[in-house]
Amino acid sequence: MGNLQNFSTRHPIWALVILVVVVGLAWLIIAPWPPGLEQAMGRKRIFLNAILSGVTLGALYFLVASGFTLVFGLMRNVNLAHGSLYLLGGYIGFGVAESTGYWLLAFPVVFILVGALGLLLQHQVFRRMEGEELRQTMVTIGISIVLADLMLWYWGGQSYQVLSPDWLTGPATLPLISSIQSNGDPVYLTYPRVRIAILFAAIVIGLAMWLVLNRSRLGMLIRAGVDDREILAASGVRIQYVFLAVFAFGAGMAGMAGIVGGTFQSLSPGEDTRFLLASLVVVIVGGMGSIPGAALGAVIVGLAEQIGLVYAPTYSVVFTFLIMAAVLAFRPQGLLGARH
Amino acid sequence: MAHVLPATEPERLTVLEAIPTPVWVIGLLLLIMPALANNFVLFQIFGWSFILGMIALSLMVLAGYGGMVSLIQMSVGALAGYVVAILGTSGIPQISLGWPWWLHIPLAILIATLFGTLVGALAVRTEGIYTIMITLAIAAAFFYFTRQNYSIFNGYTGFNNVLPPALFGIDWRQAVPFYYLTLGCATLSYGAVVWMARTPFGLALQGVRDNPRRMSALGFSVNAHRILAYSFASVIAAVGGILIVWQNAQVVPGTAGIPQVIDILVIAVVGGLRRPIGPFIGALIYTILSVFSSDILHALGMSGERFKLVVGLGFLAVVFFSPDGVLGLWERYRSRAERSSRDLRPGGEAAL
Repeated sequence: MGNLQNFSTRHPIWALVILVVVVGLAWLIIAPWPPGLEQAMGRKRIFLNAILSGVTLGALYFLVASGFTLVFGLMRNVNLAHGSLYLLGGYIGFGVAESTGYWLLAFPVVFILVGALGLLLQHQVFRRMEGEELRQTMVTIGISIVLADLMLWYWGGQSYQVLSPDWLTGPATLPLISSIQSNGDPVYLTYPRVRIAILFAAIVIGLAMWLVLNRSRLGMLIRAGVDDREILAASGVRIQYVFLAVFAFGAGMAGMAGIVGGTFQSLSPGEDTRFLLASLVVVIVGGMGSIPGAALGAVIVGLAEQIGLVYAPTYSVVFTFLIMAAVLAFRPQGLLGARH
Repeated sequence: MAHVLPATEPERLTVLEAIPTPVWVIGLLLLIMPALANNFVLFQIFGWSFILGMIALSLMVLAGYGGMVSLIQMSVGALAGYVVAILGTSGIPQISLGWPWWLHIPLAILIATLFGTLVGALAVRTEGIYTIMITLAIAAAFFYFTRQNYSIFNGYTGFNNVLPPALFGIDWRQAVPFYYLTLGCATLSYGAVVWMARTPFGLALQGVRDNPRRMSALGFSVNAHRILAYSFASVIAAVGGILIVWQNAQVVPGTAGIPQVIDILVIAVVGGLRRPIGPFIGALIYTILSVFSSDILHALGMSGERFKLVVGLGFLAVVFFSPDGVLGLWERYRSRAERSSRDLRPGGEAAL
């Protein structure tokens, strides 16, 4: 809360702008639209769907990007193979869910398997070239090329869809009015249940990460490492173990995000670069190494993509890009990033 | 202090004499190559190597002299190709304007250079790995934009039938003329880079790479040098892009897709980022691998589709064992050979 007060006293105009935008959005979402507005912007249902798709897509982006940003913040290592870990997790999760029939079982299995691959990468590859950022980046590019081709070899070029379990299929009715019928009854919005569940899961995971980072000893070590890893190492902490833990966690998160992505979209070659790029843009917008920044960036990018897709289909990609360029131009460290 | 100098000044070499013998030999070989190789080798292997080498060279300028690894070069080239297709003639007469070559080619280079400079102006606000990420993100945006925009870039299908102008009555897409065209462009860009590195600007750029803070204290504008380097590199990339489009006779979003963008980095790194000749060596290795990989893989009993795996593993090996690329390996080998021959020679190092 102290941060928020600080921000509003230091930047009163920006705080006001943000407040107006938030209140305006809340009104657009909650209130039934007057006919004039429906004429100008189309049906409210379409708008609400775009907002919800944007937020759920943002939740998926957050799941992918949180590990990426954590690894970057701590180890200064841009893991350009992050997208490959996402796709690999999705494929493995598909296999587990298909063969056992338990969707939920796929998550721990993938977390452990992809996390172990992350351990291996950190221990065998990145530790050998610590401090050589460029070389590490190149190596991750090489690994992503190799992994992409191995996955293409094993799983082929077709696309896979992970089927969600029965208790998550079908629509859920949300307490949001999409329109008013002629007899005065409100029509409530329905939305796929699995997406709502994913949104909640992302929020819970985000909160859990925040708690671990801010309220536990491991989190303290990680935050200290982000700030100054030389001093942390000098004060007797076995920093290599912290690195291993964080890298494995980031990889495991990317893998689990792959199952989520495979459930509400699909898995095919090329998705790895798509999600790598999404993570890049998310952390550039939100700020490198910041978990709240990743959440904010993910929601902004997800919303921009989906709203753009509905209202200006040709230029939706450009919106994302413009947001990134604007952030770079006016706040190069990202919205919530710290200046190093 | 003048009396300390040796009495006889070293002979001043003329420009031609300063070129070492191996360069003469390679130059001659390249010139008479059409007599030695068949059309496929000339067009597909050498033509393609020269073009990829030029685009990788533009990355080498930025990375080697400027310390900025930019992944936007392929997109700059593709944009030049697009402008040639849009302003010149193509198989899509609804969009192409059909302007003459002396207008659309310079305009293509100019527009692509402006684009590259703009991206550079954005990218120099960041450093190191951030530059890679931002240029990669912009390159991706360019790819998706060209794929979705139908009014200018003709979306998914792009432009086909983009042919070089029949200048001097020559069909430049024939193997031998195309070989000489790409050879000429590659030599010119190589020479331009070598020359640029020795100009005051090039020296200042290398100073900025090594110590930006000191250079700015000396009164050099760090950002201006970096952005200008982007402009210079963009010109080379733009020429390369136009040549790619002529060679394939088409330009599509996939010309600058993410794999192609990454390939340029792979080529430059495998060849070596420290010398301008590196990217061409990398490009030659890359094209030979890509053309013959299916045969080699079949011979090893594997499926011919695993070309990317070979390239990726080769790239990993180079990055792991020799950060300076193949050139670095060669230099290490030569210095070791020199040392051992010096040790063996009587009156060599041991006697000193």
